[in-house]
This record gives sequence, structure tokens and C-alpha cells, in this order.
Amino acid sequence: MGVDIKVQDLNAWYGPVHTLKDVTLHIPANNATALIGPSGCGKSTFVRCLNRMHETTANARAEGSVMMGNLDVYKDASPVEIRRRIGMVFQRPNPFPTMSIYDNVASGLKLNGYRKRKVLDEVVERSLKQAALWDEVKDDLRKKSGASLSGGQQQRLCIARALAVDPEVLLMDEPASALDPVSTSKIEDLIFHLKTQYTIVIVTHNMQQAARVAEQTGFFLTGKLVEFAATHKIFTSPSDKRTEDYITGRFG
Amino acid sequence: MSTPPNNPPNPSQTPSVPTPVASMPTPVASMPGTAAPQSGLNSISLPPRSAQTENWLKRRRFATDMTVTGLSILSTAVVLLPLVAILGYLLFKGASSLNWAFFTRVPAPVGQSGGGMANAILGSGVILGLASLIGIPLGIGAGVFLAEYGRGGVFGNIVRFTADVLNGVPSIVMGIAAYALIVAHQHHFSAFAGGVALAIMMVPTITRTTEEMLATVPSSLREAAFGLGVPKWRTILSVSLRTASPGIITGCMLAFARVAGETAPLLFTALGNQFWSAKLNQPIAALPLQIFVYAESPYDEWHRLAWAGALVLIVLIMVSVTLVRIFANRGVLKGGQ
Repeated sequence: MGVDIKVQDLNAWYGPVHTLKDVTLHIPANNATALIGPSGCGKSTFVRCLNRMHETTANARAEGSVMMGNLDVYKDASPVEIRRRIGMVFQRPNPFPTMSIYDNVASGLKLNGYRKRKVLDEVVERSLKQAALWDEVKDDLRKKSGASLSGGQQQRLCIARALAVDPEVLLMDEPASALDPVSTSKIEDLIFHLKTQYTIVIVTHNMQQAARVAEQTGFFLTGKLVEFAATHKIFTSPSDKRTEDYITGRFG
Repeated sequence: MSTPPNNPPNPSQTPSVPTPVASMPTPVASMPGTAAPQSGLNSISLPPRSAQTENWLKRRRFATDMTVTGLSILSTAVVLLPLVAILGYLLFKGASSLNWAFFTRVPAPVGQSGGGMANAILGSGVILGLASLIGIPLGIGAGVFLAEYGRGGVFGNIVRFTADVLNGVPSIVMGIAAYALIVAHQHHFSAFAGGVALAIMMVPTITRTTEEMLATVPSSLREAAFGLGVPKWRTILSVSLRTASPGIITGCMLAFARVAGETAPLLFTALGNQFWSAKLNQPIAALPLQIFVYAESPYDEWHRLAWAGALVLIVLIMVSVTLVRIFANRGVLKGGQ
């Protein structure tokens, strides 16, 4: 099951560039939260701070507090442990090209030392079913490379891979922006199903997508969280002028 | 390749307009300039060109294409020529002296005919095996450090510079180094010293290839592994190195093939041996050394054996490189990048 995320005064820098400024918000458990905003507004940096992926970039650092349930992400555990509990799906599908479909899904477990064949088989089947990919790949799980699938399938494979380690939170950084409309709608269906079991944070450039899948929406601008509210409120009666300008397409 | 190249795609050109040819009336050729505003999107139109200009440009593109294609074919031929010539000459000179005894007997004493290079083939195998055993792990390890840990750091730059310099050091200097480090202390020549000399020569090539191959692994794959909570060391082993492995194997094979034919570093390390020996702490025979000794001798019989030895050396290098390639390609999944 998912947990809620409380973010308090989160700041992030790339070298001298201050990309995230005093972000405070509360992401509730077991539903989807969308983050929108123009390019470079800090929404990707924000999700990368949630699983401490931000600090893998050279010269990048972050300050502030992130509470995932009862776990203090920046104090209680190492980044490696944190990332085992938070799944991440990236903008471009990035399956491991040297691994079979099966090994891709099992990679999170295998590379962390799980060896039991029976458990792995079960996890792979469950994850691929959750990602709605099982029927398309079940016949060549071990024969085909993860990179041999189509772009949309690859992205669902990456979602299955993230789900296989049984995370409590799923971060999705523009998961459908490199995909065609059919694949995009499949991913959205998936988010709809998954959000009952996981806390999902999804960064998107597509405002319709945010409106379709998310209960809450946050609007970022120049590193600041301008507004965070229920999705229908953001899209029907935003309280901030800048939010209104953005969603009506007056800029960005 | 033999057909003339088409016009480059022109956004303002209507799709149905055929490629202008010399005999066509001017209006068709000048369409790109005049027809552009139709679509409304392409408000910037290219200046109109006359039929003559179009035609002249087309001929020039065709000529350029032909020239460049021709030049690259010529260069390939020039590169291939010496290789084919050397192989052919070796076959011509060496094949006639190859017989079963060559692969089973040790060299015959001066004055006697017959004999072979079996001990030199074994010796080369021992020295190269030892060199690979030392050089490949060291080289790959240093390459991993440069690509994954030492990027941009001062120490990394020093290592990188050292590797490049080491790559250009003459092979005889490597021999002297191994002599000073090992032979001078042990007070006798040995297979081990020869292996170390060759290993030092392998390291820089392998290090730099490994580094460059790791740099081509997309960082998104590393992020994917980090995102799954995989520790960095495991990510390097199972994702970065595995993805880059075809290139790294090529680098190792290059280094191997290069040192397999080295004579100079072995002259005062492995020394050579006319008898059977596979002991690491004794002087050992090696194909390049044996070829060197025989080629310098005044006997025709030995000259022929030297040719045969050179042929065997080249064939052995080619066979081992091919075997590694086949072995490395096995189990690679189809349909990848």
C-alpha cells in the first residue's frame, strides 16, 4: 500500500543555480498527484528530490525535509534504501538492452541479491499483469531483449520493472511524453488502476492528462510551487492568476 | 549510388512537383519560391532559382557524391592491399614448411634438419595467457575508475594522461622496465617477466577503450538502476559494463593481438628457450622470439621455419580473436539496439 509524502521547505540546486525554492506540500496516499508547469520550472527536479535521485547529478544538492509515511527520506536511510521503496518511471523508456524482458522486470530484485526462481517468476508475472503487458510478451519473456519492444511497450515494461520491487510510491517523470496517443492512453489507464494501491506522483506537460488521472494538481513556476489543490479546482477556479494564465494557454 | 541524388526535401515545395530536369520549363523549377505561401505555415520562402541554377546544382551534387564515394572506396582498397599482400606472401613462403613436426617438435640443433616450434607455440600461449590474466582485469578496472568515478577529477586526468603516454612508449622500453623490475631482482630471465612486460603494454589500450565504451552507455540506464535501489557497484557491473561489453571485448582483443606479436619486450625478459618449458620462473620460448632468431640465422632451413612461424603466429592471433568474438556473441539477445 502507498504512503503519504510530506514535503517541508525543499530547496534544490544544480551547482550555483537554485532550481527549487521552498516547496512545501502534502501528497496524500493512494491516489495520483499531477505536477504541471512550463519547461525548466523545477517539477522534474522536485520528483527527483523525492527519491534522492537529484543528488546523483554532479554538483547537485538538496535541502529540506521529505517525510514518506514515518520515514525521513533525507535522514533515516541511505539513498539506495530509499529508492527501493520508491519506484521511478522516466520520460524516455529505458529498459536494459542487454537483458531479456524477464530479466528487465526482475532486475530490481536480482541486482539486489534475490535469487529464488519461484518468487522471481511470480513477481515477474504479477508485475507484467499490473502493467498490462503480460499478454503481449508472455510467449517470449526470455527470448527477446527489452529493447526489442515498441516504445509504448518499453514504457510499460519500465513500469512493470518499477512495480516489481513492490514500492510504496511511484514517481513518473513525463511517462507518456515520448509516446503516441494510443500508448499514452494505455499508460493513463494503467495509472488509473495503479493509484488505488500506490501513491503516484506524475509530472506532465499535458494538462488534459493531469485532469484525467490526478486527484490533486500542483502548478510550478520558476522553481516555486504556485498552487496546489484538487485537480478540478485548479482547472475550473484557480486561485492564482498565474495558474489561470498557464492553464488557459496564455503563456508557457 | 549510381542514380543521381534527388533534391533535398524542401518544406515549401508541393509534394506532387517532380524533380526539375533540364528540359522542363522555367515556372516548374521556380515553384519553390512562388508556391510557398499556399500552406500558410511556411511563411518564410526560399529565394527563387532559375532552371539553369537548379540544373547546375544537381550536377554538382551528383559529382560530389561520386567523388566522395570513389575516394572512400579507394581508401578502403589501399588499406586492405597491404594486409592481403602480407597474408598472401606469408602463405606463399610459410605454408610449404608447415608439417606435423612443426607443431610437435622442438627446434633441431644447428646442423640437423627438421625440428619444429612446438615449444615456442606453447611458450607464447603461456606468456600471453599470463599477460591477459594480469593486463585485462587491471585495464578494465582502471577504465571503470576513469569513466564512473574519476570523471573531471584531477587524479582521473593524471591517470588518463599516463595511460595515453604509456600507450606511446616503445615496446623495448617496456622490456627494459620489466627487466629492471623483475629480472634484475630474480637474477634470471623468466616467463613471468615476459608476461608482466606484455601485460603493462596491454593496460593502456584496454583502459582507454573501456573508458570510452562506458561513456557511450546512456546515463538513463544508470538512472534506471539507481531508481530501483541498485547500489552503484552493482550498477557498474551488471548494467554499465554489461551494456558496454562488446566494445570492451574488442578493446581487449586489440590489445591482445598487438602484444601477441611483440618481440622486443621479450628479448631480455622471457629470453627464449630451445627446449620444452612451461615453467613461469624459467626462460621460455615464444613465437616472435623464435622467428627473430631464425630469421637472423644464416641457414636456409631456419629461414623457411621463420616464415612458417610467422604464418602460424598470424593465424593463431586471428583464430583466438575470432573465437573470443563468437564466444562473446553467444547468448546475446536478438532484437536489441
